[in-house]
Amino acid sequence: MDAQAQSPDDFARHVRGYLFVFYALIFGTLVTVGASYIPFGHRAINIGVALLIACGKASLVACYFMHLISERKMIYGIMGFTAFFFLGLMFLTLSSYADFPLNTVTH
Amino acid sequence: MDIPYTVQIRPDTGLYNAKVGIWLFLASEVMLFGALFSSYILLRVGAPESEWPHGWLNVPIGTVNTLVLITSSITTVMAWAACKMNQFGRFKFFHACTLLLAITFVCIKSYEYHDKFTHYEITLNDGTIADGHFLENSLRLSNNAYTGSALIQGRIVKDRTELFDLKTHKPPPHQEIRIEGAQIKKMQNYGPFHHTYLAIYFTLTGLHALHVIGGAIVIGFLWGPGSRMWKTQPERFTNRIEISGLFWHFVDLVWIFLFPVLYLL
Repeated sequence: MDAQAQSPDDFARHVRGYLFVFYALIFGTLVTVGASYIPFGHRAINIGVALLIACGKASLVACYFMHLISERKMIYGIMGFTAFFFLGLMFLTLSSYADFPLNTVTH
Repeated sequence: MDIPYTVQIRPDTGLYNAKVGIWLFLASEVMLFGALFSSYILLRVGAPESEWPHGWLNVPIGTVNTLVLITSSITTVMAWAACKMNQFGRFKFFHACTLLLAITFVCIKSYEYHDKFTHYEITLNDGTIADGHFLENSLRLSNNAYTGSALIQGRIVKDRTELFDLKTHKPPPHQEIRIEGAQIKKMQNYGPFHHTYLAIYFTLTGLHALHVIGGAIVIGFLWGPGSRMWKTQPERFTNRIEISGLFWHFVDLVWIFLFPVLYLL
């Protein structure tokens, strides 16, 4: 964050933004709990909805509390590599389920 | 020896050194938790749907703990902003709040763990299963047979699958059940060995709790003896608060995913 160059008055303005994010996170948590009790027809949809809300909340924390929204290129580079390897890990995990030999009996 | 670039910006990175360090550390943490999340996916998808537990954890308690951690995140960022605004008193207040919230989180988590370790599934000789918490326990195991008796607060089911989905099929009100040692075939608490769900639950939340405890120790140091640096090097101290805050937000971020995955789905 360009925090080094900002004045105390700028930070007073930022505080309002932090409070807004805080309220959004609380709202998101309550929505997550509420949505988990709604039968969307298939459990996979419930999982998708919960993870979507979690991603939204995580983005708020990362962008505003961790200041990723206004960071230097180097931090974006580090996070870009991390995201690539993390998504690769998840892709390999999920793709392992397409790797069963033919006629394998599964539950 | 002076450590370089603790306050000044390093020309090639555009950042002070500790910030690059903490982001590299957080990158490794993402992969650590990512590996455990992928383990969760493998266990979850590989298990028969009827045998994957639902409703084993207390959602209101988990929700409260989530709110506690979110609140600790805002107090952390407010503490850092207070340093930037040269308001040391406000910093002390907000950092003390963070510390108290961290302790609250660990206490609630300990209560949840205790509840699981005192919850027993007892298979009886007639094939039925008694499931609940001990009120009295004088059971002793000798020569692979139980002696004595126990009083549990719980219920008896005919089939083990009745114990898995407590979200869809609400269990009947618990009652007090007296069990003699001679009736017991086998007995096990809801520890990590009981089910793969509990194994990954204790692994994920245990590792997360260790991060909370580690972060709380650092925050406690910066709030207490470490805060003396404010008098001599306020900018360097503020950077320390930012670095510890980044770690704390990451701990919050991990919990944002752990809560729905373990408690709600």
